Amino acid sequence: MNGTVLEIPLAYYLVLSAILFACGVTGFLIKRNIITIFMAIELMLNGVNLSFVAFAAYWHALSGQVFVFFVMVVAAAEAAVGLAIIIAVFRTRETLNPDRVNLLKL
Amino acid sequence: MVHLILFIIFGVICVAGAVNLLAQKHPINSALSLVVVMGALAGLYLLLGAEFLAAIQVIVYAGAIMVLFVFVIMLLNAGEEEHTHGSKIALLFGVPGMVVGSVLIAWMLIHSQPSAREVTVGQLYGSARSIGQLLFGQFLLPFEITSVLILIAIMGAVVLARRESQ
Amino acid sequence: MQLWLIPVLPLVGCAINGLFGRRFTKLSVNIVGLLFPGLSMLYAWDIAVRYIGSGCRPVPPDVLPTWLAAGDFHINWAFQLDQLSMLMMLIVTTVGFVIHVYSVGYMAHEGGYYRFFSYLNLFMFFMLTLVLGDNYLVMFVGWEGVGLASYLLIGFFFRRDSASAAGKKAFITNRVGDFSFLIALFLLIKHFGTLNFAAVFSQVSQLPQETGWGLLTVIGLLMLGGAAGKSAQIPLYVWLPDAMEGPTPVSALIHAATMVTAGVYMVCRSHAIFDRAPNALLVVAIIGTLTAFFAATIGIVQHDIKRVLAYSTVSQLGYMFAAAGVAAYGAAMFHLMTHAFFKALLFLAAGSVIHGLSGEQDMRKMGGLRKEMPWTFWTMTAATFAIAGCPFLSGFFSKDLILFKVFSSPFGSHVLWFILWITALLTAFYMFRLWFLTFFGEFRGTPAAVHGDHHEHKGQEEHHHAGHAHESPKVMLIPLAILAILSIIGGYIGYGEKNPLGTFLAPVFSQYSTGLPAATVSGGEVAAEATTTSAPAPHEEDASLEIKLMAAAIFTFLLGLGLAWYLYYLHPDLPPKFAASMRGLYETVSNKYYVDEFYGAAVIRPIIAFSTAFLWKTIDAGVIDNTLNESAVAAGDVSNAFRRMQSGNIRSYAGWVALGAAAVIAFMVWTGGAR
Repeated sequence: MNGTVLEIPLAYYLVLSAILFACGVTGFLIKRNIITIFMAIELMLNGVNLSFVAFAAYWHALSGQVFVFFVMVVAAAEAAVGLAIIIAVFRTRETLNPDRVNLLKL
Repeated sequence: MVHLILFIIFGVICVAGAVNLLAQKHPINSALSLVVVMGALAGLYLLLGAEFLAAIQVIVYAGAIMVLFVFVIMLLNAGEEEHTHGSKIALLFGVPGMVVGSVLIAWMLIHSQPSAREVTVGQLYGSARSIGQLLFGQFLLPFEITSVLILIAIMGAVVLARRESQ
Repeated sequence: MQLWLIPVLPLVGCAINGLFGRRFTKLSVNIVGLLFPGLSMLYAWDIAVRYIGSGCRPVPPDVLPTWLAAGDFHINWAFQLDQLSMLMMLIVTTVGFVIHVYSVGYMAHEGGYYRFFSYLNLFMFFMLTLVLGDNYLVMFVGWEGVGLASYLLIGFFFRRDSASAAGKKAFITNRVGDFSFLIALFLLIKHFGTLNFAAVFSQVSQLPQETGWGLLTVIGLLMLGGAAGKSAQIPLYVWLPDAMEGPTPVSALIHAATMVTAGVYMVCRSHAIFDRAPNALLVVAIIGTLTAFFAATIGIVQHDIKRVLAYSTVSQLGYMFAAAGVAAYGAAMFHLMTHAFFKALLFLAAGSVIHGLSGEQDMRKMGGLRKEMPWTFWTMTAATFAIAGCPFLSGFFSKDLILFKVFSSPFGSHVLWFILWITALLTAFYMFRLWFLTFFGEFRGTPAAVHGDHHEHKGQEEHHHAGHAHESPKVMLIPLAILAILSIIGGYIGYGEKNPLGTFLAPVFSQYSTGLPAATVSGGEVAAEATTTSAPAPHEEDASLEIKLMAAAIFTFLLGLGLAWYLYYLHPDLPPKFAASMRGLYETVSNKYYVDEFYGAAVIRPIIAFSTAFLWKTIDAGVIDNTLNESAVAAGDVSNAFRRMQSGNIRSYAGWVALGAAAVIAFMVWTGGAR
């Protein structure tokens, strides 16, 4: 693979990234389990990561990949804290269905 | 040619995993399909020459974060989803909205000039050494700050998740 | 010469009594209430003496800061002094002060004592502003202000429904007249660009005398409308009889001597306009004459002593307007002056009678009071004879002059003279009827009603106990005496060849006469020598005519006296028989020709119905209130609609965010910003 030059248009990567992102948003909207919703968020982040890496390759700028590194770190932190919150909410509300956690309704 | 085939394979696996995540009713199934997606993404990173990132993706994302998810699912004994009609807005506006949005983005990307040019793989080499040099050189400050961030996250998670002492 | 002090001093008195009077003792209220008008009166006399002493040299107006300046249109707070305003100023301050003194005694045991003097001083301020102003707008301020003071004072006993209603009636009727006056002012502003007397009249004097219905005629008629409201002429006289609900000093001051004469003053002041609008003058004369006759007929059947005097006032004002309507402005002012004396005296004396009878006002319950109240009797006698036209008293000279002018002026007519002559007969008749009913014969009232709970006055001369009326205290009698003297001798100032009053006022009325036929000018003034027409022959004719008319006037006086003596002294049983035999006519006249009822049905009830049904229910409640209510409800509805976004549901929040993001992206794509 090292010597072979094979061209895949940047657009393909970006379209794939967009599809992943759209799937993530859709999952966020239609799922009724809070953990699944969190996973959809992770899916969104992954889609974005893919586009970062694609652009890094396109512009020959390694800082794109470094940014992905940071995105992953943040995603990890966010997942940890978010799941902790879910556990805490689960203790009081006994449900993982976000539709039931609507005490902020006007 | 090979690259194209590989790209298509990995891409299809990605999309299939993503769609499966949406389609499954039990969260554990969704978690496992997300792991598949991440694996496929790691492959795609390799295709783009980001070998360090591919490794990190597998180790951190698929190996740590998803494991965490699975642990929590098992801890909370989350069952199948119920059918609640919580929000019409989400279904009525959100989904079509996002579909429209992504179609627009895709259309725009495809029809814009620069991205029609190709990426030459192999000219970029995201080895661990070069990434490391950047991390400890140009991006030192963000690096240190993320370590603080992780610390905060740990403490937050511990505090939030522990049982109230009687 | 600080002319502005004359109106402002009573205003200071009003303010002090009004703000602090509640806590003052009666003595302090008296001092404040009398001091300031007194000072004003003294200063007025001082100015007058100096003015006359300098030979009536024209004095520049006393100009205070500008009131409003809009482009070319300027109004200053300015007061002017000329012969006409000086005469009015003296009448107002002097008679006003005398009545203030009288009120100290009359109102001694009424509640709201300090309020009364405060309002009375307020009235003095506005009246003096009216007569001293040097432009129509300052005069209008005074005009409106005296209407306000009149309202406050008529409704002084505000706990009585009839008094409040009378106050409202006076004010509203005045406002109708004021509306007409205002339109006249607007026309003046439009055509002459200013309201300053000197400026307007000098521009008017450039215009020729009108023959048809031109601008000046219209202005004159509109001003007449205003004057009719203020001076109680047809059709706006209906408020004056009701205004008798107020305390008697108020009736004397405002509704006899000063406020109601404001209309006459205004017409005389605007003589430059009226001189050039013969049709307007004719209307003035006709209205004046008709009012005089009409009111006199009502006066002869009234039973309330103050009502008789009220209708008498309307009638005498009609005389003044008739005089002005034949361009005899000097005669009108002369009668204004003498009328102020004897009418104020009549009211004050009637007040003394009422006071002595503890509030009884019906003449059918009076009688034989001349023994118990001698001072009141003699002063009222002087006034009665004066108003009836007894020779050599003041009223004789002024009324005779008016009759002469109406007969002989180029604007006059014999028909008008005849009607006024009959009215003089009626005047004599009803005044002597009043005189006989009140003071002669047997006392017809109930003795218990007399003493009642009347308590002592300080310094009272005679204090009778149960069964008799008693004389009033000195503080009330001295003003009566002063006015009686003036009623008797006041006429000489306007009499005869030299005619000091006429000569005095002539420069005012012959000013601005350029372009007018000489007959107009000379026909209006007794001082015929001042003009350049041929003198001897018309003068002799005038003289013999004068004597004939004088004889006719004396005849009416004697006939009126005789009739009243016959019907109310010799055969008091006859009048009821006459009334019974002419039931229908008597009822009509006694009910004031049902004018009030007519106004009520034709004007007032439709307006109230219109206001209630349309303005209130439809527009106010329906449109305005509803608009506000509906907009509040609409705001609520909009908020309710938006509130559904805050459902507490995470997924719907996410949905909104997704929708918003899609919209932003679409927008960026559309505008090409995403390039």
